[in-house]
Amino acid sequence: MGNNRVGIQTIAFSRQPRIASSYTIVGPLEGKGPYALEFQEILPDDTLQQKTPEKTERLMLEMAIEKTLQQNDTKISDVQFYIAGDLLNQIISSCFSARTYPIPFLGVYGACSTFCEALGLGAIMLQGDFADQVLIGTASHYQTAERQFRYPIEMNIQHHGTNHHTVTGAAAALLNLGTEGPRITHATFGSIVDWGLKDANDMGSAMAPAAFSTLKQHLIDTGRKIEDYDLILTGDLGKQGSKMLKILLSHENYTGLERIQDGGASIYSDQQKTGAGGSGSACVAVMTLGYLKNKLNSSKVKRVLILATGALLSATSSLQGDSIPCIAHGIALEA
Amino acid sequence: MRPQEYQQLVQQNLPPRPVLKNTLWAFVVGGLICTVGQVILSLVPFFEPSKTGSAAITLAAMILIGSLLTGFGVYDELAEVGGAGAAIPITGFANTVTAAAMEYRREGYLQGMGAKMLIIASPVITYGILVSFIVALIKSLILGVL
Amino acid sequence: MQYLIAFLVGGAICALAQLILDTTKYTPTHVLVATVSLGAVLQGLGLYEPFQEFAGAGALVPVSGFGSSITKGMLAEAKSFGWYGLFTGTFEITGLGLAASIVFSTAITLFRKPQR
Repeated sequence: MGNNRVGIQTIAFSRQPRIASSYTIVGPLEGKGPYALEFQEILPDDTLQQKTPEKTERLMLEMAIEKTLQQNDTKISDVQFYIAGDLLNQIISSCFSARTYPIPFLGVYGACSTFCEALGLGAIMLQGDFADQVLIGTASHYQTAERQFRYPIEMNIQHHGTNHHTVTGAAAALLNLGTEGPRITHATFGSIVDWGLKDANDMGSAMAPAAFSTLKQHLIDTGRKIEDYDLILTGDLGKQGSKMLKILLSHENYTGLERIQDGGASIYSDQQKTGAGGSGSACVAVMTLGYLKNKLNSSKVKRVLILATGALLSATSSLQGDSIPCIAHGIALEA
Repeated sequence: MRPQEYQQLVQQNLPPRPVLKNTLWAFVVGGLICTVGQVILSLVPFFEPSKTGSAAITLAAMILIGSLLTGFGVYDELAEVGGAGAAIPITGFANTVTAAAMEYRREGYLQGMGAKMLIIASPVITYGILVSFIVALIKSLILGVL
Repeated sequence: MQYLIAFLVGGAICALAQLILDTTKYTPTHVLVATVSLGAVLQGLGLYEPFQEFAGAGALVPVSGFGSSITKGMLAEAKSFGWYGLFTGTFEITGLGLAASIVFSTAITLFRKPQR
């Protein structure tokens, strides 16, 4: 067993890489939500005067990266790797955003869990001395996701309580071994969990077992309890998925469930009529780098776990009647 | 917990569908759309007396209304409330065509809008024709028309 | 009076469709296709025209009217021209709905974009 591993699935970072700087951008709807003040930039409209929403998504990601680098006075040439992912086919937003940077680019995909996948991989590179600085980023846009996974925007659809609303936004972070920012202490990468759920309109319920499995493994590996964390931020389970996760946890007698908060279920208010809540790769990213990082920086919380979940389905697979494979990645952060 | 148990648990814990409320709203929205149609149908004969003609003009007018409301971003909001009440009338058919046209126009007028304008409306057209063909064939055979 | 009948009949068709959507696993596409097919079958049985006589726009505006119109066109042309009328009659009446949708939609697409 490697020296930096604990238990079966968890990596412990002895060098504790840090999120040195970060930037979050959200669309106008998220900018009216209860966490609006936590984000660094709220767009006045969701087009940014671009011709297509795909171009807007790409631009948001590029803006987030520029600002992240600026904030840390870092030139892109001082960064060794750029890791990014998004929801679109062939992760075009990430690939296209990497065009302008002359550094190695690694594209990742984990649906709404993309951010944690990138964060964990970046930390591994720093821990292993493969890089001095790693840039990570992700973005999503309501319109691009809607047209790829569902229907035209203006089509007559009645949404239900289990439907998610894709967050329009982008987030980027610069990781290094410096002295500023929250420390990454552990990463638990999840395995695929598929409990046979097929309803693409209820991804929360499908993802809850994945979140449960990764959380359980993380706690076993690290020997911790839920109470050892001030906050556990799950990513995009939504109201329905959070409910199912809590049912699964209480079924195995876990306590401290009030410390679990869901990013997707929080980002919008009930009046915004967004069904189960937000989703999309930007959702957990902006909630972590906005809300959670602010809390860690102001020492309101000391130790948190981000548990980002992803439903790895496509429009084709759900039409073909396949069930939804899901994944969850956990990253522990300390102030 | 086994996956099967979990699936059952999910079914038990789904948020309740407001069936009564939805049905009532579908009734009201669908009813009102048909009433608008009736108003047009009653006015048209003043300048188009033939029965087929006035029905045709009424449908064209309803399609125009549906397309316009879609263009101005109203129809999807109407459907959030009305559900089937917005989907079943011909205005809903027009909505799917306009919504798809606007959506895929970004991939160009030919391969985008031209190719995908009917992508949502297509099942209705396809099965409308198939079922009608079978019905008409059987009836023609029975009546000895063929 | 005719307005009230149109409201009640049209509303009832939509309410029934909504009820099926909310209480079964069927999708809106299933229900739409079923409504169109039902219109076609009722036309074949000779029931849709008396129904439309009674309900006016309440029977004309729902997509069941679309199905009935296709059958009606096919039957009429089959009567006039024989077997190939079953094909040429397809769009005799419904061609209007299709053409109107395409023309209006294209016109609107020139000026409007999807929002939100």
